[in-house]
Amino acid sequence: MKYIDEYRDKELIMKLADRIASAVKRDYTFMEVCGGHTAAIHRFGIPSLLPENIRLISGPGCPVCVTDTGFIDKAIAYSQKEDVIITTFGDLIRVPGSASSLEKQKAAGADVRIIFSGLEALEIAKTNPRKKIIFLGIGFETTAPGTAVTIKQAEKENINNFFVLSAHKIMPPAMEEIVKGGTNLDGFICPGHVAAITGSSIFNFLPEKYNLGCVVTGFEPTDLLQSVLLLTEQANRNEPKVEIQYNRVVTVNGNIKAQRHLNDVFETCDAYWRGFGIIQSSGLTPGKNFERFNAEINMPVEAGKHDENEMCICGEILRGLKEPGECPLFADICTPENPVGACMVSGEGSCNTWYKYRRQDE
Amino acid sequence: MNDHISLNHGNGGRQTHELIKKVFVKSFGMTEPLTDSAILEEPGKTFVFTTDSYVVDPIFFPGGNIGKLAVCGTVNDLAVSGALPKYLACSFIIEEGFPMDDLISVTKAMAEEALKAGVKIVTGDTKVVGKGKCDRLFITTSGTGIINKEKEHISTGRQVTSGDKLIINGSLGNHAIAVLGARNNLSFSTPVISDCASLNHLIAGVLEKCGEVHFMRDLTRGGLAGVLNELAEMTGTGISVNERSVPIDEPVRGVCEMLGFDPLYLANEGKVLIVAGKGSEEEILDIIRRDPLGVDSAIIGEITAENRGMVILNTTAGGKRIIDMPSGVQLPRIC
Repeated sequence: MKYIDEYRDKELIMKLADRIASAVKRDYTFMEVCGGHTAAIHRFGIPSLLPENIRLISGPGCPVCVTDTGFIDKAIAYSQKEDVIITTFGDLIRVPGSASSLEKQKAAGADVRIIFSGLEALEIAKTNPRKKIIFLGIGFETTAPGTAVTIKQAEKENINNFFVLSAHKIMPPAMEEIVKGGTNLDGFICPGHVAAITGSSIFNFLPEKYNLGCVVTGFEPTDLLQSVLLLTEQANRNEPKVEIQYNRVVTVNGNIKAQRHLNDVFETCDAYWRGFGIIQSSGLTPGKNFERFNAEINMPVEAGKHDENEMCICGEILRGLKEPGECPLFADICTPENPVGACMVSGEGSCNTWYKYRRQDE
Repeated sequence: MNDHISLNHGNGGRQTHELIKKVFVKSFGMTEPLTDSAILEEPGKTFVFTTDSYVVDPIFFPGGNIGKLAVCGTVNDLAVSGALPKYLACSFIIEEGFPMDDLISVTKAMAEEALKAGVKIVTGDTKVVGKGKCDRLFITTSGTGIINKEKEHISTGRQVTSGDKLIINGSLGNHAIAVLGARNNLSFSTPVISDCASLNHLIAGVLEKCGEVHFMRDLTRGGLAGVLNELAEMTGTGISVNERSVPIDEPVRGVCEMLGFDPLYLANEGKVLIVAGKGSEEEILDIIRRDPLGVDSAIIGEITAENRGMVILNTTAGGKRIIDMPSGVQLPRIC
């Protein structure tokens, strides 16, 4: 298939693997901060192609994984209201809250609908005028513009029963938090789709301030290997900079139109990240002009206090300090069917990908 | 176990197995291993018996409809057990208000498919329920057939041993993508047609000429991944699959790449996995490639002595990874 097969060419892959093997001079740790990368790395078996002294670790790149239990509890509280329809992307429904999940509530009778785009939620709002439709806005700079467009459309069509419960987040503050938190890194495999929207320039602070290499990367095996090679070479020369490997999609300045929608609708707020706690100015919430679509302002709910399982090490995994295999719950108590922590839920979560693709290494 | 049935209990993967084992097998005192058809011995003859319900949404999709599916699916469950399918029973649960023309189209497709497969629909039942009490039309078909005693091992896989080769009779995922496309009004530049078909003639062709079939299973819900994991669990052997050899049509690959599906997990309705004794694979391949339903057949991997109980994929990229039992409902990725 065009645009796929070229990037999965075995000969090219082997050549890149050889070049990486001859470039390594010491131990290296590179972090990916995109769930798509985590999934691709394991789906293609990339670690088995790398020399042992290159370690790839996963950061907080899966939007489901970094979502706070409190957010799920709040969504569940909304789902218990008679006149509410919850609309959400699929992965979120299985994330455990403190006592239940949206999936369990759906099976017990709550009206929870899986949709593929925010605009579908608007359609549901139009066909159910007596109900309040709450869209669970989740994801980074990649999905947030979609929510922004949906909110603008709701305003344009004057739809009064559509609300967003936003857990949208932006990536750079979390990356900075990881570096400041002491995770030992030699560079970042930067998220290709985030950068397609924001441009690669949002990562400039990493080489400038923290002396860390950044390569904005695509999602095919040759993309990933080429980026590992570029990062290794940057580290060897000690000349960190932001490079764009994924140049068939990403530019320095990004998608200006999408950025405009984001800036029009959202403003930044402090946000809770699972594993990190509150990170300043890392969340997105509908701004002043769009407050009437903010579920939390217009129909506040109380969600009970929650405790996370003390044995769960999702937090350390999300900061790149530990690997899924080091968790005492992994694969025994915490499985994709009965996830304890959020990293086991999404197909892009570290624990879920390890469980699916790498259990033979345990 | 959960307090309520969720959609995951119907995915054909881990949760479905758990439900079957903990509720049905336990209540009915069934014997394991669980196979697609029960083998029933009566003096002089051995019968197989199976049943399956069909609730596909939408009822009409490119390449078939719920009626055709209800015949093919049950015929295939009998055929992969090594039996010759003979008779079907069908029951209909119809929602009030269902268009008569649609019902006639569905039954016509059933009759055509039964004729093609050489089975007779001999008995049935009809219930009509009030509006909203079922989703338009549900069909259950039960089927019976005759099995030669020498073929009884095929459904249990007890002759499967390392070195055996895995063969499938064509590309994966077409049914799932055709239904998904019809359900969501997606239009594909190259149309994707369901592979829905009765495989009994293709299978009989193999069994008549070759005694080296060690296992067969149709690749329905849960797809190839589901069947291979069941096989690994049932036999305790390892399984190795070469991603590059697995036939997948371009439009299906395209949709999978775009929506984040893994074709190995997608449902098929006209695909069978045949585990061929070492050395017999080329002969079997030769036979099924001559059948119109097996033109794109391929050897996709083998049974191994290492990685017991696990299915390992040699990726196109040259790496290795597990193919896990399907779990939950496959959902498109969100970023």
